[in-house]
Amino acid sequence: MRQSDRFLLFLLGVLALLGAARLHALQRGRERSEEVGAMTSMARRLGLTDLCVFTDARYTRHPSQADRFAPFQDHPTSLEHFPSGSLVPPP
Amino acid sequence: MIRLEDVRKVFHQGRPDELVAVDGVSLDISDKQVTVLRGPSGSGKTSVLALVGCMARPTSGRIHVGDREVTSLPEHFLTEVRRRTFGFVFQEFHLVRGLTALENVMLPAYPLGGSRKQLLSRAQALLERFGVGGRARERADWLSGGESQRVAIARALVNDPMVVVADEPTAHLDSKLSASFMGVVDALRSEGRTVLIASHDPIVHESEVVDRVVTLRDGRIVDEAL
Amino acid sequence: MRRLRTPPWLERQRYLLDFTLSSLGRRRGRNLALLALYALVVFMLASVLMFTQALRGEALRILEGAPDVVVQRMVAGRHDLIPGDRVEQLSRVRGVQEARGRLWGYYYDTYTQANFTFLVPDRFWGKPGEVVIGEGVARARFAQPGDPFPMQAADGSVEILEVRETIAASSALVSSDLVLLSEADFRHLFSVPRDLYTDIALTVPNGKEVPMVAAKIRGQMPDTRPITHAEIARTYEAILDWRSGLAVLVLASAVLSFGIVAWDKASGLSADERREIGILKAIGWDTTEVLAVKAWEGAVISLSAFLVGLLLAYAHVFVARAPLLAPVLKGWSVLYPDFRLTPTGSPFLVATLFLLTVVPYTVATVVPAWRAATADPDAVMRS
Repeated sequence: MRQSDRFLLFLLGVLALLGAARLHALQRGRERSEEVGAMTSMARRLGLTDLCVFTDARYTRHPSQADRFAPFQDHPTSLEHFPSGSLVPPP
Repeated sequence: MIRLEDVRKVFHQGRPDELVAVDGVSLDISDKQVTVLRGPSGSGKTSVLALVGCMARPTSGRIHVGDREVTSLPEHFLTEVRRRTFGFVFQEFHLVRGLTALENVMLPAYPLGGSRKQLLSRAQALLERFGVGGRARERADWLSGGESQRVAIARALVNDPMVVVADEPTAHLDSKLSASFMGVVDALRSEGRTVLIASHDPIVHESEVVDRVVTLRDGRIVDEAL
Repeated sequence: MRRLRTPPWLERQRYLLDFTLSSLGRRRGRNLALLALYALVVFMLASVLMFTQALRGEALRILEGAPDVVVQRMVAGRHDLIPGDRVEQLSRVRGVQEARGRLWGYYYDTYTQANFTFLVPDRFWGKPGEVVIGEGVARARFAQPGDPFPMQAADGSVEILEVRETIAASSALVSSDLVLLSEADFRHLFSVPRDLYTDIALTVPNGKEVPMVAAKIRGQMPDTRPITHAEIARTYEAILDWRSGLAVLVLASAVLSFGIVAWDKASGLSADERREIGILKAIGWDTTEVLAVKAWEGAVISLSAFLVGLLLAYAHVFVARAPLLAPVLKGWSVLYPDFRLTPTGSPFLVATLFLLTVVPYTVATVVPAWRAATADPDAVMRS
């Protein structure tokens, strides 16, 4: 087979896989929609203000609620004390 | 017919290393004939070859290919004329390393965008004609000197050019291969092609195959013998 | 059967591509390594971007359910407990439909070295002495419904409550570290007196009135900090924006890597490459064709790397659930939700990545060849 044809076939193959990924994304979106809806209701019912993602430090657990003191309560230079502190900026 | 009218070619004009390679050459190259440009190195043979073959533009003067003047054609058109009319065999062969002999032969036809199947068979046939058909799938850097030259000739013919130009074709060949090369030249002439060769090798310019010898020295024609 | 006749310009491109691929194949190992490296950089960048965008999308949707306004009391710039009489005062502010004192806080669990979030829901459905725990808590404590749940109270005593139920894992993103309990138990555990709350949540039915309500509260109670729903959303938009945090780091290193490669290419052609271009011109290729070959050279590698990197990133984040990103995000936390996220397709994201990766590399391959490509073919004859 001609080299350029081989390459174009490869490109088509990858593009097809990306198309499949797109379909997967749509399917996952549909599946997840219910779960996300349930979490929204839970947030409403329990009065939640933050996601449970960065649970290693207090000011990272509730970033929307943190005050300026929170990062420093544990340690004077606590800003980089916890790894996720490098991802979540202080208020 | 290819005509040069009072052509001059100057390199590095106006600078300290200015070089006048071709100094007022007027030359008519007849169709279907074998013409040889003869002269020592530095005589301007290679530059005249380049000018005739539309590979370079003259500093002054005019060049006609057939009934068309090519002196001031834009690059794109000049290249079009060149690749359809001329086939080149270089002194150093200049095959692309890493590509097979077959691919090398096909290269000049790539920009023309024709049928690949036909191109493949044409290229293979040319290689066979010159006795290197079996080396078609070999990498060009693994060919011997004689094989390389024959691949270079095949490449020069792939677009079925009217004119074949060769620069010192026998420089890397022994007497036997040189004689066989002149046999190829003869065959090309019988096919109705025009052949232009630059060479200081007596085997070439004293060959019976040659119709005309033009002697150059210091960028000028000093003698024309038939 | 007549074969499909492709137009000459297309045929020409196929030929040029043939040549480019042959040319690249000459240094196959090197070019494959380059492609792999390139794809890796795209993979890392795309993984981070896809992950943060997906998380952001879910965050903003989930936090639609967050309270309209949360009023915190500040003492010397620090978050302090708020007196219960403020609840009634706040419920009288115009626009506020309901004010509710909230009780929540952090509990550091020495057994598991994890931080739990204790929360008293509006109407706790368990009995005093019972807890409802999030899936992460259950995992950390190996606790199941019916198991004892010991905790250290603020007064030093050990309280043993009972696990009533665990919250479904599918809600882990919002509840993984939660421990829900009754008000009495909370107040006892954390020694919070009866008339104090952590903060006060307000219901403001008309969203447009929220800023006005917040302003009024700031005026009436200068020692408070009202946090609006919009601010909560903005916080997550900012954290998970592709311009901040981890994304910038990875983006910077990606740009740097591409820059290094491009610089290497741009620093000039090798003698081999120059010779090759000369030969092409000598056998009758014109400048555009030579440049096209160079462009194809750059495009073949960068396009392949881009598409492969993108595909692998998608698989990594949305099929494998981002195992390589996990350590970074997890940090030191013990409780960590399983990220089964909604993939958000952002054409803008893909386009940006494409422009960042494919274009500079292709340009970097073409530009250094410019001079050689435009040179007169007879230069080769004279060499």
